[in-house]
Amino acid sequence: MKATVLVRPKPGILDPQGQAVESSLRHLGFEIGEARVGKLVDVELATEDRAQALAQLQQMCEQLLTNPLIESYAIELEQA
Amino acid sequence: MTETGPRPTVPVIVFPGSNDDRDAQLALERLGAASPRIWHTDEALPAETAAVVLPGGFSYGDYLRCGAIARFSPVMRAVADFAAGGGLVLGICNGFQILTEAGLLPGTLRPNESLSFVCRDVPLTVERPDTPFTSRCTTGQELTIPVKHGDGCWFADDELLAQLETSGQVVLRYAAGANPNGAVDDVAGVVNADDNVFGLMPHPEHAVDPLLGSADGALILGSLVDAARLSLAAAV
Repeated sequence: MKATVLVRPKPGILDPQGQAVESSLRHLGFEIGEARVGKLVDVELATEDRAQALAQLQQMCEQLLTNPLIESYAIELEQA
Repeated sequence: MTETGPRPTVPVIVFPGSNDDRDAQLALERLGAASPRIWHTDEALPAETAAVVLPGGFSYGDYLRCGAIARFSPVMRAVADFAAGGGLVLGICNGFQILTEAGLLPGTLRPNESLSFVCRDVPLTVERPDTPFTSRCTTGQELTIPVKHGDGCWFADDELLAQLETSGQVVLRYAAGANPNGAVDDVAGVVNADDNVFGLMPHPEHAVDPLLGSADGALILGSLVDAARLSLAAAV
């Protein structure tokens, strides 16, 4: 089963990369509010069991993929 | 630098992508330590280890987050056990990042606020000389030690920061107006609650001789060697 993990800077955490992107988009003429930059990790899992996949992905996020001090995550499982 | 007394063993860990391990080794040996370089796949530290140094560099290419992957190197379990037993551990730059990722030091290191890599001498203020890493310094002493990093912006949320300030775990600060990376409260180096694990972004191993522009780094590394030597004496 395939899954995507989205890692985002937590709200309120300064995101200089997002600020640079935001300012660049404004220079291009886009009218935007805030822009923030995170990461995306595509993972292929051995299991086809959604509950098991979710549990594994949560462990991955907590152990390695995110730093809970500054980042939040969202998990998207491939539709069956 | 003339040093007397037994030579404590202070290994320097080498991760794939470490690049300041030889400078650290050279500096520690000039200060009187024996500093073998230990490959990260080793599962044990030398039996006679009196202190451990995690050097600067770009372990695993800084992939994902700086230090996030190196913290799972086999040797890190031995380093964590050594620290849990009260052993002295010093992390410099990438070594500091690895120690925060491993949960051995509080806070985390984020990309510099400027998004630029900074490489220059910075003035630092010693907040506490009563640690094994700063015993050769005095309170409020100003040190000049270079930084060279892209991800040196130390961060802790308000609650953690207040707690660390109260417990006196901020040992080194960038001098007023000289913060090179946007670190909260100008934090340049923090110690753990037991005062035996210390991490800093500046590179003391690059400032151990006046020829290099400053010898102030020898005060930090020399303090560590002193403490390592004392731990040897205590063990006898």
